[in-house]
Amino acid sequence: MLHYLIRRLLAVIPLLLIVAVMAFGLIYLVPGDPAVAVAGESATPERVEEVRIELGLDGNFIEQFRRWASEVLHGDLGTSLFSDISVWDQIEARLPATMSLVVFGLVMALIVGIPLGVIAGLRQGTWVDRLLTVLATAGIAMPAFWLATLLILFFAVNRHLLPATGYIPFSESPWEWFRHMLLPGLAIGAASAAEVARQTRSGVVSVIGQDYIRTSRAMGLSRRSIAAKHVLKNAGVPIITVVGLQVGRIIGAGLVVEQMFAIPGLGQLTIAAVQSRDIPTIQGVVLVIGSIVLFTNLLVDVSYAYFSPKLRSS
Amino acid sequence: MSDANNATGVSGEAQAEADTPEVVHSPGSSRLQHFVRRYRGEPLAVASTVIFLLLALIAVFAPLLAPYDPNDTDLIAKFTPPLTDGHLLGTDDLGRDAFSRLLYGSRITLVAPFIAVGVGLVLGLPAGLFAGFRGGWVDVVFSRTSDAVMALPGLILAIAFIAARGPGTTNAMIAVGMGFAPRIFRIVRGATLTVRGETYIEASRSSGASTTRLIGSHVFPNILPPLIVQASVLLGFAVLTEAGLSFLGIGVQPPQASWGVLLRRGFDHLQRASWLSWPPGLMIMILTLCFQFIGDGLRDSLGRETRRE
Repeated sequence: MLHYLIRRLLAVIPLLLIVAVMAFGLIYLVPGDPAVAVAGESATPERVEEVRIELGLDGNFIEQFRRWASEVLHGDLGTSLFSDISVWDQIEARLPATMSLVVFGLVMALIVGIPLGVIAGLRQGTWVDRLLTVLATAGIAMPAFWLATLLILFFAVNRHLLPATGYIPFSESPWEWFRHMLLPGLAIGAASAAEVARQTRSGVVSVIGQDYIRTSRAMGLSRRSIAAKHVLKNAGVPIITVVGLQVGRIIGAGLVVEQMFAIPGLGQLTIAAVQSRDIPTIQGVVLVIGSIVLFTNLLVDVSYAYFSPKLRSS
Repeated sequence: MSDANNATGVSGEAQAEADTPEVVHSPGSSRLQHFVRRYRGEPLAVASTVIFLLLALIAVFAPLLAPYDPNDTDLIAKFTPPLTDGHLLGTDDLGRDAFSRLLYGSRITLVAPFIAVGVGLVLGLPAGLFAGFRGGWVDVVFSRTSDAVMALPGLILAIAFIAARGPGTTNAMIAVGMGFAPRIFRIVRGATLTVRGETYIEASRSSGASTTRLIGSHVFPNILPPLIVQASVLLGFAVLTEAGLSFLGIGVQPPQASWGVLLRRGFDHLQRASWLSWPPGLMIMILTLCFQFIGDGLRDSLGRETRRE
């Protein structure tokens, strides 16, 4: 098992390196001379040279990348060309809002998706199962930003039940934090809940037909305790896989939904950076989000070890 | 659709396609006819195909169908509610007819996903064939790169590309296609690897068949079914991503409008004119569902015969 964990950990390093090369390489996609494009057409030659050095574009590619990567490893993601603030400081200031939304969305996906999947799986073929399947299919095809629009319309515009905008840090007031997270969290979590429900259902369906479940039934275990003890644990691996895959989707959906709810997260920073061609900020965001997703995938791999006895004993 | 699920399901089907002998059917009926017959047995897929074709017709004939010019502003008639003064779906903040804009918006919304999937195929297909056939370090480099691209959410990848190349429909769709390439790469590489190891490939090789010929006669027939299925699933994703980018204001740019652009307009005026948000949102969802059901139908009718039959 330790062997397995070390192998998974080592496998992440080349992926991180490639993500870093991609983030750095972004500057080469800028048409024409990136330094001119970023500094603006009317910039003085001195300013262009300044920007060139700021972008790390002097010397050859390997040299440039090595310098950039070593700065990144020392925690320096460069300086925003737009606000002259350190990219890391900007990201750090917005990460809590984004991450609390992502975690909230993910938890939402699990507490809605798993029970619905178990219910559908245990009642396979009934109308309950069919209804949930239809709902799940619709949920996956529903854009998060449209669901967010509808949620705002029903709960904030028409009824004023929940706030439509803003973000209150958890440390300030857990209750207000929860109230502000509920609508955006639902909006970004719904599609993932649908996916989790589908996977849970097929996991439950495949486990429930096994001989040892029948034996447990015959030995008098209740449906509920079988579901809790055997079915969920064995259906755990596919569920966790989906969760791992959903993190990326939720972060992506979060960028859009954050804007709609005026949550001061990475989404606002990123879109402002796109509009002002602030490449260093974009590089930083790509690097940070790529690392978060890779790290989550690593956690998923580690939890496989817990859920799969085969891996645990090897 | 989860990747893990997809990857195994799809390669399993490719396998089955190769292993299962053709089912007995009336003499003279081709593989295509056989497929059509099975596809017709999938009601959701057939209905989705019909809806998609209808939408395509609407997109083509939008100028004939639209009651107004989609860009004609009329500030006196702004925020007209639906079904008033000849405006079926009302008007927006500039008095433009929402129904006409929805019809015209279908043009970009329908074409854009095909560009994205095309880009994904152009990048992923040759890379997958190359990595699968060459193996060794080429395969390692390509596979790890594809894993790394997959680690970035599609929307982030697209946003990063747009930041460098500038906003617009074409850039947005190229960016989305780049995010699709790894999924196509995986399918092609997997199928190529499987085929490469077969004895009959060695036999063809030793009898002097070129790599191109091997790909054409042995690899392609095997990867085509899972590739078609994956492409139609990706079309659905592309609809959602284009809408997302346009909603953020960095995809389709004015005066062009896609359903995502219309949805954003509706959101900006949610308090005043909530009717503007419903039609584009519903249409995006319907189109996404169409591609999803068409994909499911293709999967079931291109793979091995199911128990139902």
